[in-house]
Amino acid sequence: MSKPVLATTSLAGCFGCHMSILDIDERILQLIELVEFNKSPVDDIKTFTKPVDIGIIEGGCCNSENVEVLRSFRKNCKILISLGECAIMGGLPAMRNGIPVEECLHEAYIGGPTVQLNKSHILPNDDELPMLLDKVYPCHEIVKIDYFLPGCPPSADLIWNALVALLTGDPMKLPYEVVKFD
Amino acid sequence: MKNIVKQIIENYGTDKNRLMDILIDIQEQFGYISREAIELMAHMLGLSQVDVEQTITFYHFFSLKPRGKYAIYLNDSVVAYMFGRQAIKEAFEKEAGVKFGQVTDDGLIGLFNTACIGMNDQEPAAIINNKVFTKLTPYRVREIIRHMREGKELDELSNESHGDGKNQHHLLKTMVWSNIRRKGMILSDDYTTGKVLNSVLPTMSPEAVIAEIKHSHIRGRGGAGFPTGFKWEFCRRAKGPKHYVICNADEGEPGTFKDRVILTEKPELVFEGMAIAGYAIGGDEGILYLRYEYRYMKEYLEDVLQKMRNQHLLGENIGGIEGFNFDIRIQFGAGAYVCGEESALLESLEGKRGEPRDKPPFPVEKGYLNLPTIINNVETFATAVRIIENGGEWFTQFGTEDSTGTKILSISGDCMFPGVYEVNWGFNVEDMLNMVGAYDVQAVQVGGPSGTLIGPDEFYRTLGYSDLSTGGSMIIFGKQRNLLKDVVLNFMEFFIDESCGSCSTCRNMPQVMRNKLVKILNGNGVKSDLAELKEWSKILIASRCGLGQTAGNPIVSSLKNFRHLYEVLLQKDVEFDQGFNLEASVQDSCKFVGRVPNFNHH
Amino acid sequence: MSNLIKFKIDGNECMAEAGTYIVEAAHQNGIYIPTLCNMPGVKPKGSCRICTVKINGRLMTSCTTPVTDGMEIESNSNDINELRKSIIELLFVSGNHFCPACEKSGNCELQALGYLYQMMVPRFPYDFPKREVDASSPFIIKDQDRCIMCKRCIKSIKDKEGRSYFAFHNRGNHLEVVLDKELAANMTKETAELAMKNCPVGSIIVKEKGFVVPIGQRKFDKKPIGSDVTV
Repeated sequence: MSKPVLATTSLAGCFGCHMSILDIDERILQLIELVEFNKSPVDDIKTFTKPVDIGIIEGGCCNSENVEVLRSFRKNCKILISLGECAIMGGLPAMRNGIPVEECLHEAYIGGPTVQLNKSHILPNDDELPMLLDKVYPCHEIVKIDYFLPGCPPSADLIWNALVALLTGDPMKLPYEVVKFD
Repeated sequence: MKNIVKQIIENYGTDKNRLMDILIDIQEQFGYISREAIELMAHMLGLSQVDVEQTITFYHFFSLKPRGKYAIYLNDSVVAYMFGRQAIKEAFEKEAGVKFGQVTDDGLIGLFNTACIGMNDQEPAAIINNKVFTKLTPYRVREIIRHMREGKELDELSNESHGDGKNQHHLLKTMVWSNIRRKGMILSDDYTTGKVLNSVLPTMSPEAVIAEIKHSHIRGRGGAGFPTGFKWEFCRRAKGPKHYVICNADEGEPGTFKDRVILTEKPELVFEGMAIAGYAIGGDEGILYLRYEYRYMKEYLEDVLQKMRNQHLLGENIGGIEGFNFDIRIQFGAGAYVCGEESALLESLEGKRGEPRDKPPFPVEKGYLNLPTIINNVETFATAVRIIENGGEWFTQFGTEDSTGTKILSISGDCMFPGVYEVNWGFNVEDMLNMVGAYDVQAVQVGGPSGTLIGPDEFYRTLGYSDLSTGGSMIIFGKQRNLLKDVVLNFMEFFIDESCGSCSTCRNMPQVMRNKLVKILNGNGVKSDLAELKEWSKILIASRCGLGQTAGNPIVSSLKNFRHLYEVLLQKDVEFDQGFNLEASVQDSCKFVGRVPNFNHH
Repeated sequence: MSNLIKFKIDGNECMAEAGTYIVEAAHQNGIYIPTLCNMPGVKPKGSCRICTVKINGRLMTSCTTPVTDGMEIESNSNDINELRKSIIELLFVSGNHFCPACEKSGNCELQALGYLYQMMVPRFPYDFPKREVDASSPFIIKDQDRCIMCKRCIKSIKDKEGRSYFAFHNRGNHLEVVLDKELAANMTKETAELAMKNCPVGSIIVKEKGFVVPIGQRKFDKKPIGSDVTV
């Protein structure tokens, strides 16, 4: 029987959640036994090459590329998991959500105190660049998400417990210490 | 200015419980409440400035910024829209040259939206500097603004004839109409003021009065329906150095205006009812808490009170009963629907934000200034007079077994003859529609936005405490109306605006529900949205007061009785849609950086 | 003299002094009822609604309702717990609660209740309201993003003349808690500390003070909120 297939990505995140996946330490050897990785920074596969059972999303959506990647994950994965605060509620990038996007761009490229090298106030407008969204969106406000694992980052134990539960069909272990929002 | 403010504060005994009166006087004197005035109030009343401000910012008619020499408050109720509010709004904006929420640069004209002003039978209507302008048309709007610019006085702006009945009284002279279309024991003309106080009460003990009220089985006419006799009895028994009688005339439920008509046409009956209550509970002070929208009645009602004092119907030893002293003062609100909730009303009376209190304790034990207090509706007091005049037994012949007596309905919307109708409880909706000339009816909103929206299959139902309970607001919607977009959304926004904000539930949930309704109206709805709306609304039941508990009713009730209207808006074969639109969400950033959105590159 | 009465919470026999608020009486009997806006020693207002219980089929706030003899209280039932959880979720989506960036994280009562009820994601859409941060006073930062309008600061932080440093402003979903500029200018450091302590969330922060206790040693890192009450 073939092993369940796993894919991961980091959208508007800091890769901290991926670090936390690696924090399962020696259990990663067990994980390799249990699953096969497809599209993921872990194995550097860039595109989906087969149907995926579990997709893990780190980060929320701050630009059009994030949305496209998220949608392709939804299309290719049976189960999607939002991993970490950014995927769940936008996280730190979403702290811009109370500020109009124009103001954010102005601060970053024109008026901000650190804008010294950009003397001619060039704004990033190349057609190849992702387009900035009006605000940072939690993933589940764009596509259907099946499970949520909070934390910044989620603890390695929480990630491990969740994967084990999904792979074995056993109920998930949720001791008090593992669910945290920071 | 300082001296005037100081004088105002001193006029009310430098008493922080009278903060509402102080603020009203300052607002009317200057058109706003300045920082200087706040500092002075804070220092003289021993409060922090933010403490004074928290009362100011609670009420719609108080303002920290000038509202213009002429502050125009255009009614925002759903019926106003049905009768052309949009055209009136546009005319005001065009003529004044500013949008609603703004004041002209010269400070002459300010335009503001306001929740139902109790004129649903003569919309569109506006309040300009406490004067009510009804049945507005774009032509009249142009004329009014032109006259303002020409420097005419407010009285010169209204060149229409005055309304009917007492609206023509020299102290009212208003263009408001009473539109009484059916009379019963309250609105009839067969009662002579003072009859009960002079001839019946001297023969009765306070306990006997309460016994008659109990025997009549009358229940509160404000909507909650608590048995009046028990309320009076509990209050009489409660210990306290002073007992208060409060008349709740803060009718803010959109679509209701019957208290306005009772107070215009039969104020003596209401005041006499309050005096009877004072006798029954052993109280010597009554307060009429009147919504600020009815400020135009101030001189008229004070004149009525003075006349009653002159006739010894108020004052000392009323009806010749030794020691029966009772007088009434009028306290105005300042624009807050929630103050119709009795404990919020008490907070407001004490000069605070109108946040409902936790119960227990109930007002009958700890009410105004923590003293035993009864709070009854205008209609309840008026009815009490007829009960004591004729006896509780006589009263029970009207209405039904569990809903005795008559009920005054405020009927508006799509019908030939909007106005007030006094009917016996037990009247059914079908008969009501036939009575007012309503044809091709799609729905009736019974009891205002916090009540129920019913369709033709329920028109057989009857008005009463055990079936369709109502404080009296009945709004009729014809087949041509878009119930969800024009009615339900308007009602939800009303509740959002009028929440006091104290409970986490009512402060936040109506907004969440409204957003989902808008999502459905925008074509982004999916099936699960309907289940979620129903489920989520349940959180509101945990709110402290009736406003919060019913704030989801426009959606809950329409979802129950008009589910098909929601279903046709849902997307077919789409399971998930949270309303996200990629194209729309990149618009602003692309525009700012100067690029054309493209979606095929990545 | 004491006037002990008997009542039941979720079927458990309890005893307390007549007139004690249910929340308090429950705690005395080793039963935890969660609260946010309630604070010992301050008149309760029942505004967060978290402590809602069911008595005779009616929902009541246990911080404002006194126990009476023979009262039967339903608290730890599926319905009530689901209600509490949804209120917590509603509070999370109605403000801007970025736990990872908050000085109060680990010591925050709202967050701790999120843990207690295992909130993995709020069921409601995030509102991301536009809120201000007021850092104009000498000692205090008032971050409106995190305020849950519990009124604890309004009721408990007063000056010698009994005037409130904090007050509500506006109403409904425009409601906020503001700090009096005039009084704040003369606020002592002790009062500022007390205000921060009394705030259940991270809305009142004393300047230059944050992240004092390392992660792992904070109040709610290891033990759930209320574990000091339950026996």
